[in-house]
Amino acid sequence: MTTARTVLTIAALTLREASRRRVLFALVALTAGLLALSSWGFSRLAAESLTSGEARLTASILLNLVMFGYSLVAALGTAFLAGPTLSGETESGIALSMLARPIRRSAFLLGKWLGLVAFGSGFVVLAGLAQVLVVRVTVDYWPPAPATALGLLAAQTIVLLTLTVLLATVISPMASGVVAVGLFCTTWVAGVVGAIGEALGNDAVGRVGSVSRVLLPTDGLWRGAMNAFQDPSAIVQFGGAEQGAGAFPFLSTAPLTLTYLGWAVLWVAMVWALAAMSFVRRDL
Amino acid sequence: MSTVDSGAGVQDAADLVAGLPPAPAAWCTGLRKRYRKHLAVEDVSLQVGRGEIVGLLGPNGAGKTTVIKMLLGLVRPDAGEAMLLGQRSADPAARARVGYLPELFRYQPWLTAAEVLALHARLSGAGVPAAEQRDCLALVGLSGRGDDRVGGFSKGMQQRLGLAVALVGRPEFVVLDEPTSALDPLGRADVRDIVLELRSRGVAVLLNSHLIGEVERVCDRVVVLDRGRVAAAGTLAELLGQREVRLHLTDLSPAAQQRLAALGRVDREGEWSTVALTDDDGTAVPDLVRDLVDLGVRVHAVEPVRISLEERLLGILRDGAASRAAGPS
Ligand SMILES: Nc1ncnc2c1ncn2[C@@H]1O[C@H](COP(=O)(O)OP(=O)(O)O)[C@@H](O)[C@H]1O
Ligand SMILES: [Mg+2]
Repeated sequence: MTTARTVLTIAALTLREASRRRVLFALVALTAGLLALSSWGFSRLAAESLTSGEARLTASILLNLVMFGYSLVAALGTAFLAGPTLSGETESGIALSMLARPIRRSAFLLGKWLGLVAFGSGFVVLAGLAQVLVVRVTVDYWPPAPATALGLLAAQTIVLLTLTVLLATVISPMASGVVAVGLFCTTWVAGVVGAIGEALGNDAVGRVGSVSRVLLPTDGLWRGAMNAFQDPSAIVQFGGAEQGAGAFPFLSTAPLTLTYLGWAVLWVAMVWALAAMSFVRRDL
Repeated sequence: MSTVDSGAGVQDAADLVAGLPPAPAAWCTGLRKRYRKHLAVEDVSLQVGRGEIVGLLGPNGAGKTTVIKMLLGLVRPDAGEAMLLGQRSADPAARARVGYLPELFRYQPWLTAAEVLALHARLSGAGVPAAEQRDCLALVGLSGRGDDRVGGFSKGMQQRLGLAVALVGRPEFVVLDEPTSALDPLGRADVRDIVLELRSRGVAVLLNSHLIGEVERVCDRVVVLDRGRVAAAGTLAELLGQREVRLHLTDLSPAAQQRLAALGRVDREGEWSTVALTDDDGTAVPDLVRDLVDLGVRVHAVEPVRISLEERLLGILRDGAASRAAGPS
């Protein structure tokens, strides 16, 4: 069995597991709910008599808000899927019989990870795309860079999922899901706090956001995605970056830098390598 | 010239290697494993030859499962070496022709039985056609259940599926860790038949079971583990070889008593004497009876005493406990 074939087999198995478990139904139901709710909200918005600038600002903020909802759903879904598929199985013996086959553990882990990546990013990209289309139809707003935005949403999901995989190789499955989602929310709050600090000119508080964005790149990628979803005039409308628009949690003042994207890729590679080292060394 | 020489050299080497007997199905030496403070396995060495059926016996917590997992490269030994079919166990490729039924078995509840088998057939890399996979399911008594989800299977049916999983990759070595723990009496008989069938095909088996009767019936050789160490090992004949014979004798003269003692240890209980036969080539008992009659002894009864593997196992474990009590070392 070549390594590539093993990886693909396990990735396909993971996708099949996701599709046959209740996670998928829960995700589809939540997404349908969010889509319905937001299309109702956006259609009400279209009925108001707003200036075109106001309309674009409101559409941008609302779109970012709903997208945050999707990324949270994706985070919860993948975190609670990634945890049990790794350590839960190991405990109950499913992985034991598979790892007794002539396959490398790192190939097994890579297959699991790829399957989860396909599932998680597939979900955010599809749900996000549906949302962008809903906004297009209801209020006639089209984001400046929808492909980049959806890609960054997917990247955010991949970061969180990789963290869950690492946690799942060292702590129990449910705990790893809880810890990963907890860290995700903490970085988001730290990002908002940091932005408020920056808006108030307090460097110490401002640094909270930048440091947490380096430690766990979910929030940085999320801010990049928001920037690509929102209308470029929105920040100006809100009073400009200097006037505190950055402190608003559902607007982002700056696009993502390539350096930061590079760091996110490196971060994922490092955390994955740590997870693989821990998994390869573990006694089953 | 030099190319011809080296070509001949390679040919010689190839002939030499081809002439060697195949490496044992499993081999390990000096295996040791510590879980935190608890020493689970200490200095275990054993071997399973090609086509040999070896029983692994011992009380709960003796370290049987840990030894099996170290042999399979699933647990890292703290010390010692393990080989599977001639390759180091740490190398995943060593498991290419190995089937394994774990003690705590579980299979993807969201897959059907046939899908589980197909997955394992694929992962084993053996390229097993679908018809052969179906035969495998039928062999373990699950024909007709292939399209049912494993989630709806009883524990015993899952264990049968686990047996099929162990057999599906055309193994040359099969490891069964308590394969009958969830099975009904019929299932146990099936496992026995499967093991015997594997032997007839030259497949080696390492069988860990608490059903000593089963082990006694199918195994060529037995390894007894106690507290992480090998307490005894050998063929059934070697382990049970110490046969005894009970005789009912009267008119036993001192000369006749000497004749009895010449054979081995004698226990006397009234008119009954029990004699241990140390090396018996089949002539000891008739010769003894002839000599006793010649010496004027009246022989009322001669009965062979059978030692079962169970009694022998209990004896080994009690001896171990006694020697530990006598002197902690
Ligand atoms: N993963 C583990 N962590 C801690 N202790 C273990 C682990 N696996 C086995 N042990 C200990 O090692 C000893 C041997 O266990 P095991 O090999 O399962 O015994 P057996 O299969 O002979 O019943 C037991 O005392 C058990 O508690
Ligand atoms: Mg055991």
